[in-house]
Amino acid sequence: MPEKILMMALSPTMDTGTLARWRKKEGDTVAVGDVLCEVETDKATMDYESTSEGTLLKIVVPAGGQAKVGDTIAILGKPGEDFSALLADARPAVAKAPAASATGAARAPTPVPAGASTAPMAHAHVPASGRVRSSPLARRIAAQKGIDLRSLQGSGPEGRIVKRDLDAAPVRAVSGVMAARQAGQAPAVPSYTPGPGDEVVPLSSMRRIIARRLSESMFSAPHYYLTVAVAMDELLATRTRLNAGREKRASINAFLLAMAGRALLRHPKVNSTWNGDSIIRHTTADIGLAVALPDGLITPVVRDCGRKGILAIDGDLAGLVERARAGKLLPAEYEGNTFTISTLGSAGIDEFTAVINPPGSAILAVGAIRKEPVVGDNDTIAIRQRMRVTLSCDHRVIDGAVGAAFLRELADMLENPMLALA
Amino acid sequence: MAGYDYDVVILGGGPGGYVAGIRAGQLGLKAAVIERDKVGGVCVNEGCIPSKALIHQAELFRSIPSLKEIGLSVDTKGFDYKAVFDKSRKASDALMKGVQFLLKKNKAVTIPAEGTLSGRNEITLKDGKKITGKNIVIATGSRPRVIPGFEFDEERVLSSTGAIMLTKLPKKAIILGAGAIGVEFAHIFNAFGVEVHLVEMLDRILPIEDAEAVKVLARAFQKRGVQMYTGTKAVSVQKTAGGVSVVLEDKGGARKAVDADQILVVVGRTPNTDGIGLEKVGITTEKGFIPVGDFNQTKVSGIYAIGDVVNTPLLAHVAFKEAEIAIEHMAGKSPEPRIDPLSIPSATYCEPQVASFGLPEWKAVEQKLSFAKASFPYRGAGKSVALEQTEGFVKVIYEPKTKEILGVHIVGADATEIMHEMLLGRTAELLPEDIALMIHAHPTLSEAVGEAMRAVEGWAIHV
Repeated sequence: MPEKILMMALSPTMDTGTLARWRKKEGDTVAVGDVLCEVETDKATMDYESTSEGTLLKIVVPAGGQAKVGDTIAILGKPGEDFSALLADARPAVAKAPAASATGAARAPTPVPAGASTAPMAHAHVPASGRVRSSPLARRIAAQKGIDLRSLQGSGPEGRIVKRDLDAAPVRAVSGVMAARQAGQAPAVPSYTPGPGDEVVPLSSMRRIIARRLSESMFSAPHYYLTVAVAMDELLATRTRLNAGREKRASINAFLLAMAGRALLRHPKVNSTWNGDSIIRHTTADIGLAVALPDGLITPVVRDCGRKGILAIDGDLAGLVERARAGKLLPAEYEGNTFTISTLGSAGIDEFTAVINPPGSAILAVGAIRKEPVVGDNDTIAIRQRMRVTLSCDHRVIDGAVGAAFLRELADMLENPMLALA
Repeated sequence: MAGYDYDVVILGGGPGGYVAGIRAGQLGLKAAVIERDKVGGVCVNEGCIPSKALIHQAELFRSIPSLKEIGLSVDTKGFDYKAVFDKSRKASDALMKGVQFLLKKNKAVTIPAEGTLSGRNEITLKDGKKITGKNIVIATGSRPRVIPGFEFDEERVLSSTGAIMLTKLPKKAIILGAGAIGVEFAHIFNAFGVEVHLVEMLDRILPIEDAEAVKVLARAFQKRGVQMYTGTKAVSVQKTAGGVSVVLEDKGGARKAVDADQILVVVGRTPNTDGIGLEKVGITTEKGFIPVGDFNQTKVSGIYAIGDVVNTPLLAHVAFKEAEIAIEHMAGKSPEPRIDPLSIPSATYCEPQVASFGLPEWKAVEQKLSFAKASFPYRGAGKSVALEQTEGFVKVIYEPKTKEILGVHIVGADATEIMHEMLLGRTAELLPEDIALMIHAHPTLSEAVGEAMRAVEGWAIHV
């Protein structure tokens, strides 16, 4: 009998997907595991594999079309079957794809309790009225723990948020804005009337996610900033020596990640996550590197930077950055960062401050390397290659002295690479 | 999909099997139910249904003394247990035919034969005929457990089946095992004047229920003259000229012989997983049960197992639910992958009835959980006084911070019916105040439920 093929949630943050390309056409036979089509999500383009067998009777959403998670995108069945009834059906409930489990697996080596899940905030099933469906018990637990209901995906009937959805949610303090949301009111958004020459650009999924996550980070984490000017001469010379004779030259970023990783392991308080009523200290430094994309950015994560060698990190980065630019990163590759590095040096920026990227509690903003006159020993002036780095810290987790000690040690390691081994 | 006789072949037509057949039909799957005896299984024919019919008759019989109080004299000399038995058979027959009708109505084919698994998609019947299905559901149920030395002859040594089929009651009976089945038979026998000796190995009757609730029942049994031996096991049974002689041994090792006309052994049930061909499909059992994962799937893709062959509570309503889960999953729907064990109700239909779900207090203590409890006595609900059935209470175990309902234990009249309001509270994640603030009709026994929830909040009224 004919069955509907539904748009699945291919990542926890996905709520709409674009049918990039159909790989099967109407009339083709489909076996379990065959790729039916390619779906573009908020983060990447994913292959949609069939979980049933049969003949593709009808493509409901053509290439280029959009579908919400749960919408019917095609009909599968036996040739000649009547599927008109299925087309007339109302939209079925949200389906969740196995991709979500990969998120948990990425953090498996670290002894971290389930509450500190590193999944990015899943999109809540919010009906037009703005109220979130939830059980009375779930509402009480959320209020007690300071969890924003609108950040959760409900697994109960009709997308209702139930107790088990809270067990998996990252806990964070409720700011005034989020408290308003939790009370069921949408925060007031000013609306502007576009002028005659203005273009109204609809928000892409990625833009929505960036807006939400970074606003929430800024509103809930009290940010403060520490800047240090680092003399990069030694590091650059070390890099030249390391890359001599090597076909694949290790990037500066690989060095930054390696040094930052080692510094984080020496300063575990900085390698931590705010968890509402506790702080999770991570035992590996999983560092995200901000990568600019045509309409946004993404932070692929290199795991265990504190113990990996520079060349290994460089290898990981190459693959990740390539996939990031192609829009093909898997959730397990961009989730679960304990620290983030963002570089705008190549864009000609001297120094800047960055917004902390949860679940990390700090982010390092790296500026350009510039030759500068520097006062050295005996008040002599020398030319050094200096790079300004600014560390943003979440004051709930990292106090000033703690952040300063970490940044100072990192700067020392960058200026004198052997210190990373000492 | 092409080439199979059926979308799903269900081995066994008891509560698990027939519900699977009906649900399959509702979802448009072509289903066959293979049943070697009567559809409805043990539940309809030898268990749940006939026992409840007997219990109802037992209650009518027990109300005779109160008829005397209003001036009626009842002549019990003409009492005929066979007539009671016949009523229980009438109930079973009617429901068995009802199940046949439901299966037909939902276009599920019933195959009256014994079948065994002969391949991943094939069942072979006794006459050699092969039935193939895209999916298979194993629902072969269970049978009374035999203790070595106490083999059933269904004359002197009875299983629950033999007891349900009695047409004449003994004068004196020993019941081995005080779980729900043993306690219900103790109730029935005692009501009709049998001298009952109820023996239980653990420290109290109904050992898995809440200890405080069981105390109320034990007191009632004691007042009625049921002799109970807890912490006692049966060592041997000897058949004598007039009946049986059973040697009992208590925890201290002291032995004593008890003579009776018959002994009923109800110490558990064994899953029917031997001789059904599991080895042909590579399934090995654990303690006799078939291991299953989410949606009651076995490790063989397309083969599901439900009901008493699976290591979940051996209750008909668990089989019903597992049947729905398995069939809905194979039809492409998304049911709950597993039943929440704390939301499975348990019901014992003696008087006073005992009904519960979730954690008994002793388990919460054992698991070192943080919990609080509140209870309300039946006596506080006016209806119980009008009914002259004031013994019992409604007790709630809850998590102190969130007030999540962790367990409910009710002992008293109609406990098995009024428990459902609380169970809904747990499954819909309601808070005690949701139930407490709801208007309960007066006078009903359900008011005790509302008041117990008021007690959780600290504002019970009628106590």
